[in-house]
Amino acid sequence: MRRFALIAIPYLWLLALFLVPFAIVLKISLSDVALARPPYAPQFDWATGIWAFLSDLDFENFVWLTQDDLYWKAYLSSLQIAFFSTLLTLLVGYPMAYGMARAPEEWRATLMMLVILPFWTSFLIRVYAWMGILSNEGFLNQALLWLGVINEPLMILNTNTAVYIGIVYTYLPFMILPIYAALERMDVSLIEAAEDLGCSRLSAFWLVTIPLSKSGIIAGCFLVFIPTLGEFVIPSLLGGSDTLMIGKVLWEEFFSNRDWPVASAVAVVLLLLLIVPIVLFQRNQQKQEEAEP
Amino acid sequence: MNRMSWFNTVSLSLGFAFLYIPMIILVIFSFNESKLVTVWAGFSTKWYGELMQNEAFLNAAWVTIKVAVFSSTIATVLGTMAAYVLVRGGRFFGRTLFSGMIYAPLVMPEVITGLSLLLLFIGIGLDRGVFTIVLAHTTFAMCYVSVVVSSRLVTFDKSLEEAALDLGCSPAEAFRLVTLPIIAPAVISGWLLAFTLSLDDLVIASFTSGPAATTLPIKIFSAVRLGVSPEINALSTIMIAIVTVGVITASLVTKHQMVRQKRDEQAAART
Amino acid sequence: MTLPVFEPWNDPEAKPLIEFQNVTKRFGDFTAIDDLTIGIYEREFFALLGPSGCGKTTLMRMLAGFETPTEGKIFLSGQDMAPVPPNKRAVNMMFQSYALFPHLSIWDNIAFGLKREGQSKGEIETRVSDMLRLTRLEKFARRKPHQISGGQRQRVALARSLAKAPKLLLLDEPLGALDKKLRQDTQFELMDIQEKTGTTFVIVTHDQEEAMTVASRVAVMDNGKIIQVATPADIYEAPNSTYVADFIGDVNLIEGTATPTDEDTYALHWREGAEPLTVKTATTFSDGQTAHLAIRPEKVTISAERPEDADNAVQGKILDIAYLGNISTYHVELPSGAVIKAQAANTRRIARRSYTWEDTVWLSWTATAGVLLAD
Repeated sequence: MRRFALIAIPYLWLLALFLVPFAIVLKISLSDVALARPPYAPQFDWATGIWAFLSDLDFENFVWLTQDDLYWKAYLSSLQIAFFSTLLTLLVGYPMAYGMARAPEEWRATLMMLVILPFWTSFLIRVYAWMGILSNEGFLNQALLWLGVINEPLMILNTNTAVYIGIVYTYLPFMILPIYAALERMDVSLIEAAEDLGCSRLSAFWLVTIPLSKSGIIAGCFLVFIPTLGEFVIPSLLGGSDTLMIGKVLWEEFFSNRDWPVASAVAVVLLLLLIVPIVLFQRNQQKQEEAEP
Repeated sequence: MNRMSWFNTVSLSLGFAFLYIPMIILVIFSFNESKLVTVWAGFSTKWYGELMQNEAFLNAAWVTIKVAVFSSTIATVLGTMAAYVLVRGGRFFGRTLFSGMIYAPLVMPEVITGLSLLLLFIGIGLDRGVFTIVLAHTTFAMCYVSVVVSSRLVTFDKSLEEAALDLGCSPAEAFRLVTLPIIAPAVISGWLLAFTLSLDDLVIASFTSGPAATTLPIKIFSAVRLGVSPEINALSTIMIAIVTVGVITASLVTKHQMVRQKRDEQAAART
Repeated sequence: MTLPVFEPWNDPEAKPLIEFQNVTKRFGDFTAIDDLTIGIYEREFFALLGPSGCGKTTLMRMLAGFETPTEGKIFLSGQDMAPVPPNKRAVNMMFQSYALFPHLSIWDNIAFGLKREGQSKGEIETRVSDMLRLTRLEKFARRKPHQISGGQRQRVALARSLAKAPKLLLLDEPLGALDKKLRQDTQFELMDIQEKTGTTFVIVTHDQEEAMTVASRVAVMDNGKIIQVATPADIYEAPNSTYVADFIGDVNLIEGTATPTDEDTYALHWREGAEPLTVKTATTFSDGQTAHLAIRPEKVTISAERPEDADNAVQGKILDIAYLGNISTYHVELPSGAVIKAQAANTRRIARRSYTWEDTVWLSWTATAGVLLAD
């Protein structure tokens, strides 16, 4: 009886507040727009039953997504931004993780804390901090003008460059931590063994360190890529009007255009896009767990 | 390896500079006299004063704290239960679905979580306000809590629970007297994580809040959309200060405990 | 004065404290315990001995109540234990990992079970200090488990499980985590405590020396079945199978065919052309039946000349000598290629040792020195 309650309470909570809402999204994505409140015409009617529902199910919202090039451009550009910013984060994060793992042991806890600290600080504030830096009269432009590198302020805020910087900045801890964990576990004598067997420092790094931190790299990349794909705050604060990201499109479709069925369809497609990286991520985690005793 | 190589020193210095300079600038300019956030015009704390006068911000802060306390507390209870079920529950009907529902919200884009919950609340005719935000935050935060707690439970020596049963505890007593005190640090970090996530959340709160309840992130977001303002810098500084003090205290406490544990163990080995 | 012999298993009147009746335990397709029937008597120190995976731990966990039998019944003092949950059983267990509660002091660990029983404060205090005295832990009462050494932790675990004065104490590899020296001391301490408290002990171990030292009876298990239950001396001297003979201690196993020659006496034909071996046994073998002679190395005498009156004597060449300090084991190769081990006490200094490598020697033993086994 106790066991039943223990299972049932969190189970029902998640069913009611996670699975059912998602079913509603799916259902509304298959409905028509209506100038009503709520602004959609429900397609499913218990009275007519499941068969009637299936027979006149219509995918017009999904067809609409393929016809209007705003949407598929937004998906493509989200994928592109997520992909390149993940790569950039890896390029910035790996040397840091490596430096931390090779730092004297008594420093590591402090360095770790320094990486985690921004993670506990408000996401919004961290993005906001860059607005003052990247704007036309911001610190970056001031510094560059003063150094004489440029003569006119660069337009960085409200461009994709600003979005990239924002993503790398906010998601850096997610990249560093798994790589650091993998590198820290690594036995330093492996490098010595490789060098003893005739590797140069660089080839020892390439042939031993990188393969051994592979699972950390993969985990870090997915931890950045997956949330970035649906990111809303960064493109809307740092990006420009031409920055197309699917999270932002969904938000606008919902709040500005009040087109719930299309917003729902956008959400469904976004989730479909996420399934592949999520499954790959899950596999990587499982493999890692199995590798450890 | 006691000395760090030149390369490591440089990459760590640049990396931490990148992580911290934006926040340092933010903090410095919260004490700027001028309304312009990018030109220094002398030291002043007037923006903090103005912030304290700003009813809207104070109300939003109060709503945010209320939401965070309620949702993180409920999420901790539910998340701990869910973790226990996942790790110790054995087989039951729909176990795969259950663990799927625990892990899915962690990777679900916030816009989708927010959208789906809003559609649910509208569908069942629930008025949006503090209550709906608490429901929404509890749902995604409990998943984080359960991940934190279950990673602790996995390494938990099951024979401790069996020993408690063996010595006459009912299963509930065994949980209360043995399991819970031992996993308490994980439960507390789960709560802190849930609390922070709730404080921090903009997207889900935007979808699930009504006109009656505005949280601080929503307020900040709408202010920031119009551009940088010293008042927001002041607010950010306060939040950064709280987090910094919290994180440093926590890590000092952990460090202290670890040092003591190590010393005790060494002493025990010698006897 | 003769001490009363403690052998309840030979007394047809005695009722066992624990009875397993045709108990089978399956985990999925895997049969951990296979149709097992056994009785354990009060005040016994009973050892379950076997390789890992033989089912000994499952047997013990069924006694504690952490597993339920798939088939069959378990009785404790005549009561069917199936419906009794672990926390309601008059059985306590000492865990292999000790399972000391890390957040409680040694005192609170020992008092834990007593508090659950709802005893009064005074009673608990008396009982805990008794237990601390019994296990010589008085000085450590206020410490936490991580503040004491491994041997002390082991004693806390013992004290905690004895505190409730259980009818039956289960010990799961209780000495596995200790180093060899400490383990030997603790074995005697365990026997001492068992005698003082008069509790029935059931110990699970894979260490045959430990089982032989502490137990009144040893059950040798393999693949979910009990192969033999007997006193340590009987297990060693009169194993009922080659499995038991081989599992306990060092043994020479010689396979051959038995031919009855006299009452209780058989000739074992073991190698083409070799003289048959003479064996006396109470077991009956038919003519030509395959049999194994199990003979312990220390019962084989090594000599330079052929002994006059030996029942069995074979000649061979020393292949290897293992010097173990107090004794040496000689590996002697017979002309047929078979190797027989013989042990001799090193009563003289090593330099004056009588035999060395490549020496030709005689091995001899009496007709009753070994056991003839069917399989």
